[in-house]
Amino acid sequence: MRELTFVEAAREGLAEEMEKDPTIFVVGEGVGARGGNFNTTTGLYALYGPERLRDTPISERGFTTLCTGAAMAGARPVVDWMFLDFGVDAMGDLIHQTAMIQWMSGGRLKMPVLLRGCIGALGSAAAHHSGNYYPLFMHIPGFRVVVPTTPYDAKGLIKTAIRSDDPVLFLEHRGVLTNKGPVPEEEYLIPFGEAAIVHEGNDVTIVAIAYMVNHALKVSEQLADEGVSAEVIDPRTLVPLDIDTILESVHKTGRLLIVDEDFAPCGAGAEITAQVVDRAFDDLDAPIRRLNGASTPSPYSLPLEAAVLPNPATIAQAVRDLLME
Amino acid sequence: MAKKTGADLSKDQMLALYRQMLVIRRCEEQLVRSYQAGLIYGACHTYIGEEAIATGVCAHLRVDDAVLSTHRGHGHALSKGVSPRELIAELYGRATGCSGGRGGSMHLFKPEVGLLGTSGIVAASILLGAGAAYTFRLLKTDRVSVSFFSDGAVNNGAFHEGINLATAWGLPVIFVCENNLYATEVPFSEATRNPSVASRAQAYGLPGVEVDGNDVLAVYEAAGEAVRRARSGEGPTLLECKTYRTRPHAEGMRDAGYRTKEEVEEWKARGPIKRFKERLLDDEVATQQELNQIDAAVKAIIQEAHEFAQNSPMPDPATVLDHVYSTP
Repeated sequence: MRELTFVEAAREGLAEEMEKDPTIFVVGEGVGARGGNFNTTTGLYALYGPERLRDTPISERGFTTLCTGAAMAGARPVVDWMFLDFGVDAMGDLIHQTAMIQWMSGGRLKMPVLLRGCIGALGSAAAHHSGNYYPLFMHIPGFRVVVPTTPYDAKGLIKTAIRSDDPVLFLEHRGVLTNKGPVPEEEYLIPFGEAAIVHEGNDVTIVAIAYMVNHALKVSEQLADEGVSAEVIDPRTLVPLDIDTILESVHKTGRLLIVDEDFAPCGAGAEITAQVVDRAFDDLDAPIRRLNGASTPSPYSLPLEAAVLPNPATIAQAVRDLLME
Repeated sequence: MAKKTGADLSKDQMLALYRQMLVIRRCEEQLVRSYQAGLIYGACHTYIGEEAIATGVCAHLRVDDAVLSTHRGHGHALSKGVSPRELIAELYGRATGCSGGRGGSMHLFKPEVGLLGTSGIVAASILLGAGAAYTFRLLKTDRVSVSFFSDGAVNNGAFHEGINLATAWGLPVIFVCENNLYATEVPFSEATRNPSVASRAQAYGLPGVEVDGNDVLAVYEAAGEAVRRARSGEGPTLLECKTYRTRPHAEGMRDAGYRTKEEVEEWKARGPIKRFKERLLDDEVATQQELNQIDAAVKAIIQEAHEFAQNSPMPDPATVLDHVYSTP
């Protein structure tokens, strides 16, 4: 099978949907002739022109809420924030309008808006180009939250996201943008709410989010040499969350480690922990452990950055520690 | 044709404007009584004194045009085609309300007639309306959208971003600022140094028009041009309608300390319905008897709507989680 990068696969998914549906348009800084800062729209401007590939001023609240209105009126906007950090400028309207209006209108208005942006601290991105922030959206009723890691998932999930009538956060960690992998030529979609077991194992369950899946896979291979069989689960979508796949794994392993670059308090791992304790307390042979990025703004300098992020060594150690409990 | 009214309107059209303003006024008066009687147990922001604006603007709209509005949106809803029954029932929290009882005074929705929503967040209507306009053009229609907002919205970033984006992109939207001189209780004169909202249009490169918002014919005329421009692809217009709310910001709120009784009385004397009625009589467009008949008919409609709302069922609590997502 042919191989694509994450960026290429996501772009192909977007392009296929734009070809089919003339109500889809993309807004963002540099998404027109330039093709997007992360090449999210390369080549599409030539096909669809400025009305459907709309370059914007640096006006994130403006164009995000404008696209919310556009979605209410029957279009399917794709808001390309470049970085999620920039999108949080629109947070008030995202909460009050984008997330709520389907409910407020009793389902008579739909909100098919795709909100995409790069997340994650890596490569000295520093404080304002590295936020993960997905728990903010997980907390608000109305949003779907997608954190794909493989090219296959990126394409299948972006197509589902574009066809969804709900507002979807499609968050692309900078560490997975260059991931390469097989992507079929024929069309496929991946439903929301189906986690992927990316490495099977029996001794411990590792739920890894976004780029941490890359690390956890490496660790699971490394631990296999030590005789440890780790199961790695990529939730792929945080809302809806496929808790059943996690519960089945924990039932088998009795041990759960959640690896998340984002802050721990009130985070995705806290939610997963609460649900597992609630539904599978008796399956646990040890406390659930979380390994998170430090609760601090993201630093620039390399040793400082390394100090706040989980990495394969700290993940492997967390697994060893958990197995001792 | 009327003798001195200045607008090119037939008698029927003028009486329709009069009647629509009266529907809003009588409906609001009923809501005030109902608030005092405890039938409305949440917020209630009346539009009394500002009826000419919703009436004069929405008279130009088709059912497939969009209106985005504010917490003070009863008049816009009624003028866009929400019935008094559905509005009153909504404030009574009934299943038959235009939002099924989910919203109350501030959150009115009826997309079937182009009311894409009123909002409790000031200035949101500016951007949402611009967005609806983006879709209308993308879909190659001649539909337009109207964003109603007040002076309270114009010092919010959404005003700047929305008007700039809509102008830069030439969107078919009409921005209607109802400048009633107070943002809740903060005087506009203390909120900004420039007393003219319309003059800000120069900064963005779109037409800015100031109009007496208590003169329904003046609003009708200015809105007609703005809607024509939008519909024919000439882009947005900023319309500032100078007006005044004569009731408190919301029913039950202390209405003192920020304005004088004399000021309120002065504005009541300049009320849009009173003025238009005098004009219709002075210009011999209609007789007192004809106007009385309209008054009586409107009163009956509102009374019936109140009874309908009062007798309507409450929403089923089992439905409260419906539509958080489009699919379960």
